Amino acid sequence: MTYISKPKLHHPGLLKNAAGFTRRDYEGAVSTLCAGCGHDSISAAIIQACYELDILPHQVAKLSGIGCSSKAPTYFLGASHGFNTVHGRMPSVMTGANLANRDLIYMGVSGDGDSASIGLGQFAHVMRRGLNMVYIVMNNGVYGLTKGQFSATADKGSVSKKGLPNSDSSIDLVSMAILMGATFVGRSFSGDKRQLVPLIKAAVQHKGAAFIDVVSPCVAFNNHAGSTKSYDYVREHNDAVNFIDFIESRTEITTDYAAGTLQEVQQHDGSTLRLRKLNDAYDPCDKVTALNQIQKAEAAGEVITGLLYLDPLPKDLHENLNTVDTPLNALVEADLCPGQAALDKFNAGLR
Amino acid sequence: MKATDISNPDYFHKVVDCQWACPAHTPVPEYIRLIAHGRYSDAYMINWKSNVFPGILGRTCDRPCEPACRRTRVEDETVVGKREPVAICRLKRVAADYKDDDIGAMMPKAPAKNGKRVACVGGGPASLTVARDLAVLGYEITIFDQDPKLGGFIRTQIPHFRLPESVIDEEVGFIVDIGNIEFKHKRIDSMKALLTEGYDAVFVGSGAPRGRELDVPGRQEAGANIHIGIDWLSSVSFGHITKVGKRVIVLGGGNTAMDCCRTARRLGGEDVKVIVRSGFEEMKASPWEKEDAIGEDIPILNFLVPKAVTHENGKITGVTFEKVKAEYDAKGRRNLVPTGEPDPHYPCDDVLVAIGQENSFPWIEADSGIEFDRWGLPKLSETTFASSHPQVFFGGDAAFGPKNIIWAAAHGHDAAISIHKTLQGEDASERPAPGMNIVSQKMGIHEWSYDNAPSDENRRKVPHRAKAEALKDIMAEVELGFDPDLAWKEAQRCLNCDVQTVFAANLCIECDACVDICPMDSISFVDNAEESLLRGTLMAPALNLTQDIYIADGLKTGRVMAKDEDVCLHCGLCAERCPTGAWDMRKYYVEMTQAEHACHKR
Repeated sequence: MTYISKPKLHHPGLLKNAAGFTRRDYEGAVSTLCAGCGHDSISAAIIQACYELDILPHQVAKLSGIGCSSKAPTYFLGASHGFNTVHGRMPSVMTGANLANRDLIYMGVSGDGDSASIGLGQFAHVMRRGLNMVYIVMNNGVYGLTKGQFSATADKGSVSKKGLPNSDSSIDLVSMAILMGATFVGRSFSGDKRQLVPLIKAAVQHKGAAFIDVVSPCVAFNNHAGSTKSYDYVREHNDAVNFIDFIESRTEITTDYAAGTLQEVQQHDGSTLRLRKLNDAYDPCDKVTALNQIQKAEAAGEVITGLLYLDPLPKDLHENLNTVDTPLNALVEADLCPGQAALDKFNAGLR
Repeated sequence: MKATDISNPDYFHKVVDCQWACPAHTPVPEYIRLIAHGRYSDAYMINWKSNVFPGILGRTCDRPCEPACRRTRVEDETVVGKREPVAICRLKRVAADYKDDDIGAMMPKAPAKNGKRVACVGGGPASLTVARDLAVLGYEITIFDQDPKLGGFIRTQIPHFRLPESVIDEEVGFIVDIGNIEFKHKRIDSMKALLTEGYDAVFVGSGAPRGRELDVPGRQEAGANIHIGIDWLSSVSFGHITKVGKRVIVLGGGNTAMDCCRTARRLGGEDVKVIVRSGFEEMKASPWEKEDAIGEDIPILNFLVPKAVTHENGKITGVTFEKVKAEYDAKGRRNLVPTGEPDPHYPCDDVLVAIGQENSFPWIEADSGIEFDRWGLPKLSETTFASSHPQVFFGGDAAFGPKNIIWAAAHGHDAAISIHKTLQGEDASERPAPGMNIVSQKMGIHEWSYDNAPSDENRRKVPHRAKAEALKDIMAEVELGFDPDLAWKEAQRCLNCDVQTVFAANLCIECDACVDICPMDSISFVDNAEESLLRGTLMAPALNLTQDIYIADGLKTGRVMAKDEDVCLHCGLCAERCPTGAWDMRKYYVEMTQAEHACHKR
């Protein structure tokens, strides 16, 4: 953490987006995480994505559980709604909030402990239900707040800072999310904003359950040789299958990745998502081969990143429940109690 | 781009915009911090060593440091209003005002004489600087001046309501008190004669003593009421002139014109006008001096070229002007062309002519061995200030034409180095490198030995004496100076640009923490490219080409760290957020080497 708050002074050339805000307006309080924490880079990527999407801060709700990662929402979108829930219970609170007001953008931020251990059940069910949300796991493979014990996502055989190998199998949240029915699943790395920012932007625009697993090195407890979630390991083993090049109706994302073949995905709302493939054999719209490739990469010790699975025609919870378009919290008494005549008519229908 | 060589003293010196812009390269942030700590004497001594006249310059400097100040580039107009530099000049005065009474004890004393004698012609700031730098080395200095007291134009041209004589006396005294310095009240009329007097070297710091003449019809006839500005100011300074007419026209747009008009207001001038050829914006006077003049009810009329002085019975009645406008040719050169409107006539009782100064060396004979160029200036080496005569050196306004006090001090230091090296048998063209002292400012994990939080405060205004009171007394100083409380607040605005962000690529893990925290988007990790391309790929495009990009290579990913020095706040957040200590905040104290340490053999 730092002793001084981030100065208000900013670059004189700082631009405003269409919503009238600068990137700095999407910041939150100064981070109290350890210096160099990957989570802060992910916060910065979220800030950048929201700025580029011209999002109005009051239309975002950010929710989190418990842990280092779950502290992060304090450090971005300082003018948005926030809810710090009970450990592992963020998905239920988010489901409730989403049911009450479907108009907000829901951003769930969680960690590997919060989502893969205590909250694994909630994680699975929120994906199944297809909640319209962006669910980001800041995944560092250790319990940082309790000094670096292995978490459930630590790879089997990886070595702790004290030198002990992990004997348990790891939970792969990406595969789980796909299996559970998430319709947008990606993985990225906190040290690669060129890949992460467009991925977050696409996830925000996805009308369904969007999940991004972001490998985020813990500089204090999991950034040593033998760790599979260190800056060096991820950089050496990063197997990026694609990156998002263009989202229709948005300004072009310029990036200097090597050019590959293009894949255009027509989405539910009619917009086009353009993927530039780095691995021609990878098709994120084919669930079976995608899962197959993910397993293969993991068996080879590679960290497969990119947009790993996309259902271009997702159905979200509200669609499944056939709720009205008006947010439930905006329904007035006249909508909810239409009167005796309406009740009589309804009752008659049951006779 | 090539990796930046930070071992070159100039690299980080340049980042300290104020110090780099200062002709004498005074370590500004260092003395501002000392003022904030209440260590006025220490702040004074840093100035005294570097620019010799802190109390004088703290009131009168042309302050090239201030337009260079980084705050003019980083302040947010929506938060602080107008973007303004730190009031560097007026903080310097604080050091002079509040220094300890026994500061003389901190001044050096002359050692035993080394047997060599140096003559300084002219008793102004350039000569005094040479005298100070050489006296501490054992030289015997003789200063000649036509006026009865040392100080030169500082004493004769600057009105006492801007610069009290006591300040001049004190700072001239600090130099003379070193010892081995003799003042002779004598006008030098012959360089050749002087050269026969056995001096080992002669320094010419005789200024630009001739005021430019007004050449219009009526000048001669009405001559009794037309005065050359600098001569008139000098006469006022020595008390020879104590009155002026009620209606005064001052011709000219420089700082001398501003001094003339404000002096006239105090000697009985009720309707005083400044009339300039150029536009108001292009006037040579410093903006704050124009402001002060306007504040004393002196209108400045522009685009008026004097055409004739009108007179009746040998008495002046006024001046007729031609109205002009500025037109720019294809090359952007300005021409003043008549507008064709009727010529305005302004009645007046006195005219003060302050339309420029010129060099004048009637006392240097053509066969004295000193060559002059076609503009009448001596042919000099720009680094050594040596003339074509091996024993004669120039400095101050006498060297390259009229400048100002801080330039004179800078020239004096350089000429003193040349004289010392020459007289010690060394090559004067080999200049000494500046001294550099590097100290990490890290005190603890997140603790720095400087105040790293940038201030959002506006520039403080220096309190002025009430106008009615100020105009009554020509000796009453108008500016009252900052008190310690205001000085502290103003000092906090300094961004400590000498505390440098120093990067060690071998420690960096490329976690982006510095990139994310930097409030000014100054830091980027990018693929290396030509400078023109690279400047466009940074977090914020680096459009200010006068400011360097700090490049460090040797990162694991093969990218480079590129930091745009332009708008860095030196807040140290990059170093605070760095998990590996790849960033460190280090104070680079750069100090110009003076004659005292310029020679290899001593």
